[in-house]
Amino acid sequence: MLTANRLVDGDVLYWKGGDWVLELAEGDVFADPKQAEAALAAAQKYVTGNLVVAPYLFDVRRTESGIRPVKEREIIRAAGPTVRLDLGKQASHTPKASDHV
Amino acid sequence: MYRYDEFDAKFVAERVAQFRGQVARRLSGALTEDEFKPLRLMNGLYLQLHAYMLRIAVPYGTLNAKQMRMLAHIARKYDKGYGHFTTRQNIQFNWPKLVDVPDILADLATVEMHAIQTSGNCIRNVTADHFAGAAADEIEDPRPLAEIVRQWSSLHPEFVFLPRKFKIAVSGSAHDRAALKFHDMAVEIVKNAAGETGYRVLVGGGMGRTPYVGYVVGEFVAKEDILAFLESVMRVYNQSGRRDNKYKARVKILANALGPEEMHRQVMREFEEIKQAGTLQVPKEELDRIDAYFAPPKFEALSDETPKGDADFKNWVKTNTHPHRAPGYAIATISLKPIGGVPGDATDAQMDALADLMDRFGIDEIRVSHEQNLVLPHVRKKDLPAIHKRLAALDLATPNAGLITDIIACPGLDYCDLANARSIPIAQDLSRKFADLARQHDIGELKIKISGCINACGHHHAGHIGILGVDKKGVEFYQLQLGGSGAEDASIGDIMGPGFGEHEIADAVERVVDLYLKERKGGERFLDTYRRIGMEPFKNVAYREQLYAAHTG
Amino acid sequence: MPLIRVEAGRAAAIDDAFTHVADDAPLPEAGGAIVSLARFIKDRDTLLARNAPIGVRLKPDETPEGLGPDLARLLVVAVEFPKFADGRGFSWARMLRTRLGYKGEVRAVGDFLYDQISHLVRVGCDTFEPTHPLTADDFNRALSEMTYVYQPSADGKRTIRELRAAK
Repeated sequence: MLTANRLVDGDVLYWKGGDWVLELAEGDVFADPKQAEAALAAAQKYVTGNLVVAPYLFDVRRTESGIRPVKEREIIRAAGPTVRLDLGKQASHTPKASDHV
Repeated sequence: MYRYDEFDAKFVAERVAQFRGQVARRLSGALTEDEFKPLRLMNGLYLQLHAYMLRIAVPYGTLNAKQMRMLAHIARKYDKGYGHFTTRQNIQFNWPKLVDVPDILADLATVEMHAIQTSGNCIRNVTADHFAGAAADEIEDPRPLAEIVRQWSSLHPEFVFLPRKFKIAVSGSAHDRAALKFHDMAVEIVKNAAGETGYRVLVGGGMGRTPYVGYVVGEFVAKEDILAFLESVMRVYNQSGRRDNKYKARVKILANALGPEEMHRQVMREFEEIKQAGTLQVPKEELDRIDAYFAPPKFEALSDETPKGDADFKNWVKTNTHPHRAPGYAIATISLKPIGGVPGDATDAQMDALADLMDRFGIDEIRVSHEQNLVLPHVRKKDLPAIHKRLAALDLATPNAGLITDIIACPGLDYCDLANARSIPIAQDLSRKFADLARQHDIGELKIKISGCINACGHHHAGHIGILGVDKKGVEFYQLQLGGSGAEDASIGDIMGPGFGEHEIADAVERVVDLYLKERKGGERFLDTYRRIGMEPFKNVAYREQLYAAHTG
Repeated sequence: MPLIRVEAGRAAAIDDAFTHVADDAPLPEAGGAIVSLARFIKDRDTLLARNAPIGVRLKPDETPEGLGPDLARLLVVAVEFPKFADGRGFSWARMLRTRLGYKGEVRAVGDFLYDQISHLVRVGCDTFEPTHPLTADDFNRALSEMTYVYQPSADGKRTIRELRAAK
């Protein structure tokens, strides 16, 4: 998947069909590297357009509870601090079977 | 404390306007992110894991009630209702919007605060002993010097693009509460054989990938010469510090490469020249003028008896109060380490309540300590019970200052873009594990410091027990270090060996602590026992589980 | 890019009396030439014998002390900033003015940013050859942003401490 930060407020964004969404669960998952690289290239216009900062690709995998990043860092980035469940994107998620220990 | 005059006020106001302009140019695209990044860092603005992070300067860790209220206001208006006090006596907000930062800085300027040079490759916040001006063991309050250094280093045209960041600390006591030996440069107030007060200057300390203990580069520098001397060190560093490798760019690398004699020689060359030119001499009138701002409050003649109280109060007094130079007074530590809490965090409500408390008890100042606690420097002993009661109602009276649950932890992977592992949950686990107060007192002084990556913002190298979070094939692992110290007996902790998993580390620490309890002699602290018996016995118990598994597996 | 000169705190675009000459290129027939330190050391006698102004360009790792007594014969010393984050040039400019007492033109050349202009002027640069598109107006704006300075530098500007004492 492809992520970036919004310039004006630093919010974490995920690429979806040529634009950006706030929730990882709604973002595009690239089945092959070519698709991913194409999206990263397409994202550059948002950089030069001063809308987002530092887009990059990261790995995800399919699990029973949905798409989940491989790296801990991206799991935390998508949800919010593990020590403040009332903050970040997770604060507006409905609780489900724990992604986290 | 220091009060801005018209010049200081205009300086900060123009700096805010300058940053407002820089943000506007960034939003319009006149500045790319690569060009904007060093500029926003010079105003303490990072881009972190979830959002921007703004680090506000608290010069030498000193705040008044008005400033504390403004921090509460900022937390409420622009952030998510809390702030984090750091290991360099600053405060960080984790959720500001870029577009709001110029307004935040403008609000701060109204109470004589700013975020100038709290990041970037420049001279950072000058930190000081958090008991400055109050401790019984102090030669002299180091904060007038810290203020002089702060002004001299603010937008110094020659030193705003150094090889890397540069951190300065000052202390006025032989008991080093400012971790001088782990700073790029440090100044200790000393007396010479003739009884004159002057400065001992250290250089080359640091944490991070390659920790070093600093060495003396100026044994006794006269007060009026101090800026000339510090400028000399900066010149040597700016000219000769490495710029080829980010991890070899701190002054500690240069100091180690040159060695004390050559470093001294190069510094003295610059120093003779600057002193000759006379432009950086600090005249006595200026020293006196700055000193006057830091004159202690008028201390009343009070009984030095500590008031009686219940067990909770007694426990709190035992660890969280410290001898004051004036009879009838005490220094009180406000613990930001509630059992199971996030170390160093405070809510806007707590900040406001502390400002109210200060007003109520006529306490002008509050300090931020590099151990992520707050300190009330001048408390009338007779007010201690009432203050304790109010702090307890705010969950700010945990009686654990200096004990094992008084843990230092960086924000770690929960917040920080640079981190490899989370640190706060480990602190919470350890805090809950050792919560029993009687057990804590039995263990005594034991400083645990946790960093989520090698940048060592949690100062783990200086922990009696240091924990470093690493990423081992995508899994969080934690390395143990033992025997570090940030005090005048500075030492870098020894690495024990392979890391422990997230669910193993707290138990491993417990086994280490239990061994100390078993082996200690006399009144030894953990640090003393470690220095006496060495790593081997601790290593054996720490890895016991793994060894057992290896034998039986 | 035009050359910008700052004099008495005011910036203006001026004609450049010098050309930068690459190490392997021939010197111009007439007019000022700025060569690298390496070339200056190699071709010193030829360069100094030439009946035209000569200047030397210093890289970030080249201290002006490497020019020795010849410094007095140079009309310009160009301090390079190949990357704006490399701040060594600030020390070299300052050294030229203070330790070496250089009275000629100190020129900042390269990647430096708008936000470094006031620092460059303070440490003693008087001309500027930016790779970024900066105009004299930009320079004047940059120089007007901060009224006061805390510390002395090569520009001799009065510090806040001196202003306080004078009150």
